[in-house]
Amino acid sequence: MRSAVIVFPGSNRDRDMRLALRRATGHEPHMIWHKDTELPELDLIVVPGGFSYGDYLRAGAMAARSPVMRTVVERANAGTPVMGVCNGFQVLTEIGLLPGALMRNANLKFICRNVGLRVETSQSLFTSGYDAGQVLSIPVAHHDGNYFADEATLDRLEGENRVAFRYVDDAGETSAAGNPNGSARNIAGVYNETGTVLGFMPHPENAVDPELGGTDGMALFDGLTRALS
Amino acid sequence: MKATVHVTLKTGVLDPQGKAIEHALGNLGFDGVEQARQGKFIELELADTDVDTARARVTDMCEKLLANTVIENYSVQIET
Repeated sequence: MRSAVIVFPGSNRDRDMRLALRRATGHEPHMIWHKDTELPELDLIVVPGGFSYGDYLRAGAMAARSPVMRTVVERANAGTPVMGVCNGFQVLTEIGLLPGALMRNANLKFICRNVGLRVETSQSLFTSGYDAGQVLSIPVAHHDGNYFADEATLDRLEGENRVAFRYVDDAGETSAAGNPNGSARNIAGVYNETGTVLGFMPHPENAVDPELGGTDGMALFDGLTRALS
Repeated sequence: MKATVHVTLKTGVLDPQGKAIEHALGNLGFDGVEQARQGKFIELELADTDVDTARARVTDMCEKLLANTVIENYSVQIET
């Protein structure tokens, strides 16, 4: 599987993503600087986490207008799978590849801890390594992860099975207690209309090594590798 | 020519920072603050000489960068 990780000034999970991809695919991903406009032939593009451009104006706003993202949008529209994690999710909403927006966390605090994350469907390129309804423990690390979309958009996302992940409590329920950041309907991640673009806040690339607290993220990368190789 | 842009959260979009300001004002003894909403104020110095052209260009800037119209409204004032 040929993959690439986009690197902005202020990205900070780009190298974690590189390691996770290398472990799963056996190949070194391309690291693409934000000023590049050419991309090699790719099976997967990842927009990683961090604080691109210092979160100036809005989280992800500047990165969404960077030169490389024009090419990423072209590739996404041509069907190349694109995955945005954390700041990458913010970038993909800012650029309009995914609906909604990520607002300041409801409690106004930066949240850095593991959350319960329910896989809503296994019928996707990204989640075929999981069972629908499976609950994972995956870290989040964000200040602006409060997913917002208008009610009609939320209804459409649910109706079209485009909610990828939801935050859940210890019992696996989508309660207020299980919602770390105030996200609408506990939504942690969404797909585009064709299911080829996924954005979500938690960090599976930080859950691929037992020494670092868990391996629940591994099946995402392994499933992607099987689906795209 | 100077343009000023106000960017505010749309009605119905939760504004936790505004809520925190509202509570803090109450704690300081400022009664009767029924709501606080936080937004952004952006000043632009423009080379334009025509007001209508400037307004159209700044509106385009708002649509493309300065505001996220999923969650925000914007207003443009031009000072000559």
